Amino acid sequence: MGYLDGFKVTFMKLFEERVTTEYPKEKRPKPPRFHGRHVLNRYEDGMEKCIGCELCAGVCPAKCIYVRGADNSESDPVSPGERYGYVYEINYLRCIHCDLCVEACPTEAITESKLFEFSFANRSDAIYTKNELVVGDDGLPQRQPWELWHEGDDLATSGWMRATASAGNPDYQNRVGWSGELGYGTRSPEIGQHDLAKDEKSEMPPEEHDQSEDLH
Amino acid sequence: MTGDPLFLDGVDLADIGIMAAKVLIAFTFLLVATMFMVWFERKLISDMQNRIGPNVAGPWGLLQTFADGVKFFFKEDLRPENADPLVFRLAPYIAAVTAFLSFAVVPIGGSFGGGSSGTVTIFGRETYLQVADPPIGILLLLAMSSIAVYGVMLAGWASGSKYPLIGSVRASAQAISYEAALGMATVVVVILAGTLSTHGIVAAQSGGITRWFVVSSGIVPFIVFLIAATAELNRPPFDLVEAEQELVGGFHTEYSSIRFALFFLAEFMNVITMSAIMVTLFFGGPAGPILFGMTWFWPTIWFLLKVLAFLFVFVWFRATLPRLRYDQLMHLGWKLLIPLILFWLMFISLKELRAAHDWNWFATYGAAFVALAIGTSLLLAGLRAGDRAFQDELEEA
Repeated sequence: MGYLDGFKVTFMKLFEERVTTEYPKEKRPKPPRFHGRHVLNRYEDGMEKCIGCELCAGVCPAKCIYVRGADNSESDPVSPGERYGYVYEINYLRCIHCDLCVEACPTEAITESKLFEFSFANRSDAIYTKNELVVGDDGLPQRQPWELWHEGDDLATSGWMRATASAGNPDYQNRVGWSGELGYGTRSPEIGQHDLAKDEKSEMPPEEHDQSEDLH
Repeated sequence: MTGDPLFLDGVDLADIGIMAAKVLIAFTFLLVATMFMVWFERKLISDMQNRIGPNVAGPWGLLQTFADGVKFFFKEDLRPENADPLVFRLAPYIAAVTAFLSFAVVPIGGSFGGGSSGTVTIFGRETYLQVADPPIGILLLLAMSSIAVYGVMLAGWASGSKYPLIGSVRASAQAISYEAALGMATVVVVILAGTLSTHGIVAAQSGGITRWFVVSSGIVPFIVFLIAATAELNRPPFDLVEAEQELVGGFHTEYSSIRFALFFLAEFMNVITMSAIMVTLFFGGPAGPILFGMTWFWPTIWFLLKVLAFLFVFVWFRATLPRLRYDQLMHLGWKLLIPLILFWLMFISLKELRAAHDWNWFATYGAAFVALAIGTSLLLAGLRAGDRAFQDELEEA
């Protein structure tokens, strides 16, 4: 019909499914390695993993991390080693969620959660201090009053680290290369970067998240 | 046609009361319809674009327009420093008032078939279901749509800003170009109906679909009218007046608050009015079968359904057709629609004249054919010369 074909196209659209996700009401599952806000992890015995080495602060391109280490007291150590993170602050007005701090961390102390919906109204809320970043006794992130949480968002706190721990080296495939976490124990290994991620924490159905093609 | 029978036996207080009620109902109806038209358009266009559209304010987002209106009322009313204070304030009212006035002559109900002349009885008095039935109804419509252009033009002119000015210049040029085609398509209907009164035109179409002017005038005047009306309304694909990519908001760039709302209102009200006019001129107005009971009720339902169909068509246009370039717009208007409707007008007049005077069939149409052939070739020659001149100009530039 030439000119009039367009009318048919728009008319048939009336009967198609809508693509809109009504965001605050319904949420699409996040990718398994989503970069949200950070958490500071702890060992299974409750000790903090952070050793105050400041590598994260050094690598941070946005200069949003401020760390000061201190010596552990022998009677009441905070972390298993010699030093611990005495001050740990992340300024979320500057953080670009690049995850370089997570890669830099030698003890998997800092990882990123899937939480990203927070709206603070002043600067001091924007700067998360150590008290706010450290996971609670159940191993889950601590909820701040200005954060919007949805069910399951707080469960996956270290997906990205786990995926990159073997650095793509096939020798490390299926081998647990990281320490246990408070609340989770030793997390099961992912199948490896060169295969489709079959992570029970990944909420994305595999067919929608086929990374095998662009990774090869 | 004697006009509204309400005033035949003098005017008393009850007549005035009925009149006031009619005015009030038409006014309210138009306002509410406009409100839902905005909603309808937004919802339908998002359906056609795989989106959801407004769905938060009220059930299915029905109250979205109302919420927007309330917001407009409370926004700051800005006036640019260079703006002409009086004209800047006046322009939105010109646009809104003309939009309201055009609707007054549209018959929105009343049974026309089977000897009844489209009257309804209210409180024991016979009257038409339209606010006014002046003997020059069609002229009033054309006049109002012309005056509405002043609203747009003065708004752009008085804004003291360049984009509104360009938008309004485009608007006036466009309206003048398409008003010719629009007017001539209307004249075809007037010739067939033999009256300028809208009520008379609807009455002339009573008695079945074949009597509707969309059929009995050939489909051409309707198509020309539909295209010209779309252009007259500055609706896509002819919305060059407010081409966002080129002109920011067009003529209403500098308007905010309730004054902008008036333009917005007028625009959508004109869409409804124009749909109602098309139903009146070509689709028999409120004509339609009376299914059961309530005989006065069905014509209005048919009328509303027909108007709704046209509203759908306008939104459909918007969803489907990309905006024309300005020279394409002028080309379509002057070189295609006007010659086409001009020839059709002559053909229809000739047909009516032949029928009236009982002229010889062969002589009439033979002469007409020769005249049309000469006219067409002259016109085509002229168009070709114009195109050549335009091409030369392009090459020089």
